[in-house]
Amino acid sequence: MSTAVYILVMAGVTYLIRVIPFGFFKKKIKSQFMRSFLYYIPYAVLSAMTIPEIFYSTGNIVTSAVGTVVALVLAYFGCPLIVVALAASLAAYITGLF
Amino acid sequence: MKKRNPFIKGALHGIPIGLGYLSVSFGFGILAVKSGLSVLEATLISLFNLTSAGQAAGVGVMVAGGTLAEMALVQLTINIRYALMALSLSQKLDQRFTLPKRMLAAYGITDEIFGVCAAQEELLVPSYMYGMILIATFGWVLGTFLGAFAGALLPAAITAALGILLYGMFIAIIIPPAKKDKSILMVIVLAAALSVACKYLIHVLSSGFAVIICAVAASVAAALLFPRKEAETE
Repeated sequence: MSTAVYILVMAGVTYLIRVIPFGFFKKKIKSQFMRSFLYYIPYAVLSAMTIPEIFYSTGNIVTSAVGTVVALVLAYFGCPLIVVALAASLAAYITGLF
Repeated sequence: MKKRNPFIKGALHGIPIGLGYLSVSFGFGILAVKSGLSVLEATLISLFNLTSAGQAAGVGVMVAGGTLAEMALVQLTINIRYALMALSLSQKLDQRFTLPKRMLAAYGITDEIFGVCAAQEELLVPSYMYGMILIATFGWVLGTFLGAFAGALLPAAITAALGILLYGMFIAIIIPPAKKDKSILMVIVLAAALSVACKYLIHVLSSGFAVIICAVAASVAAALLFPRKEAETE
């Protein structure tokens, strides 16, 4: 499969998801199940994407684990996204020095 | 709020978003090149998609040589939240937002842009959103290019450590709401547990489909066990 086709499908689907409700949809979703499902799905996706892949993200399970713990702690205390992300990287880097 | 050109106002509101994107997309650029994509391909993906989790998963599908149906499903699952955000924003658009303008601004609906736009008290005008989207996209695309381009020049120890950047951001997105809401915490734990099971027990699933199945299963379970009240899903 050529990369260009992948990128086209990726971009097309992503744009349609945004433009259909924004441009055309005027009604509200009434089903409580659907609203609940749509409410939960982003959290479930991010969680499934992160665990367990984050432990392989630096190519070293120890530095990844340290970065993960730092991210969890800082996120728990409500640090901004960028602070959490950079601190996790920094922690992984420093751990890698030893 | 002083009367200000809405485009300038949107651009100013977009600066912190753009700066955040710059560093996170740097991580995406590194990830993409490490996965075998060219600098141009990585940069174009960011320009055309403007979404972190979807792009990371999309590169995963490409690397695994997944089908186009899998790619479409992965994007649909991961980015479906934008449909809800778009729906919510569509309720507070100024009448200047004609269909072509809506179609243009729809490109830039991301978690952060949605967050800032939704917090505005007045109705949204097109130029306000254009200003914000322009700055945010600039940061996202530039960061990707720099990460993809300079990633190869950086010492291996640094690029390795930057590999965790995007995942760190995902954690920062899901943990604070999980602290406030036990049902979100349950969804996160369940999805993670299923994902671990898929990774180590069921090897036939490609990673893209594994993410979809785990996420859908966890969300269906949560929607049945902890249905949201109307006001909570606004």
